[in-house]
Amino acid sequence: MKAIVHVTLKNGVLDPQGEAVKSALGGMGFDGVNGVRQGKVIELDLAEGTSEATVTEMCEKLLANTVIESYRIELT
Amino acid sequence: MRAAVITFPGSNCDRDLAIAFANAGFDVTRVWHKDTTLPEHTDIVGLPGGFSFGDYLRCGAIAAQSPICRDVVRFADGGGFVLGVCNGFQILTETGLLPGILMRNAGLTFVAKPVDLRITGRSIFTDGYRVNRITVPVAHHDGNYQASDDELDQLDAEGRVAFRYVDTPNGAARDIAGITSANGRILGMMPHPERAIDPALGDTDGAPLFAGLIEVMNTA
Repeated sequence: MKAIVHVTLKNGVLDPQGEAVKSALGGMGFDGVNGVRQGKVIELDLAEGTSEATVTEMCEKLLANTVIESYRIELT
Repeated sequence: MRAAVITFPGSNCDRDLAIAFANAGFDVTRVWHKDTTLPEHTDIVGLPGGFSFGDYLRCGAIAAQSPICRDVVRFADGGGFVLGVCNGFQILTETGLLPGILMRNAGLTFVAKPVDLRITGRSIFTDGYRVNRITVPVAHHDGNYQASDDELDQLDAEGRVAFRYVDTPNGAARDIAGITSANGRILGMMPHPERAIDPALGDTDGAPLFAGLIEVMNTA
């Protein structure tokens, strides 16, 4: 089984990298980009039967820093 | 006094930190990240600068979960002294021993230069200073200290902002360059005091941090 973890910055947290990407897109002539937020996608290849609670624990302890990041888990 | 300086894969200031402790009079033991326990009778742990684990995932995140860091957390929870510099500061926030996080510099560039700091919170780590302003080098890409407004207010109210930039090089909230724990025994700072201890290399404003530390620890 697989789990896909999406890690994104919480709203209100300044994202300097997202701002740089936004500025680059504007410079390339892409108008109308009002904001860019950069995050991470982490794919986990897991033993069958791994519980969502275990993946949540992985997120809380390592994959995300919940001071500034939130995460969303997709089990497939 | 015994200092233990940890080396992670990618640490690059571990030797400098060990020398800074040794020059001040500490007996220094170098400790590998896979070790599971600190040397017996360790009085202070040094977490050095560098790029532990290539800054993968988040700066300091993987080092914070290393075997030795479990023992460093135990040591700190028991009232042990810890000094984390640069990547060491990032590791301290990732272990939760210090609040907040170090984000990418606001200007997105790696900053490496001497910076002026104001000493704005007194602790055992600043006892060696008779001045309120010092110059110490920074060298980092992720030194933009951020925390919630409540946490920042608490740090201010408790006098735990040890150092502030006179002119912030990284966009840190409230110009914060270094903070201490609630018990005053853990200091995390982005500037490198261990790189400013030898007159042959320029500034020596980092030396009183280590000299003051051992003096207070010896008399405590």
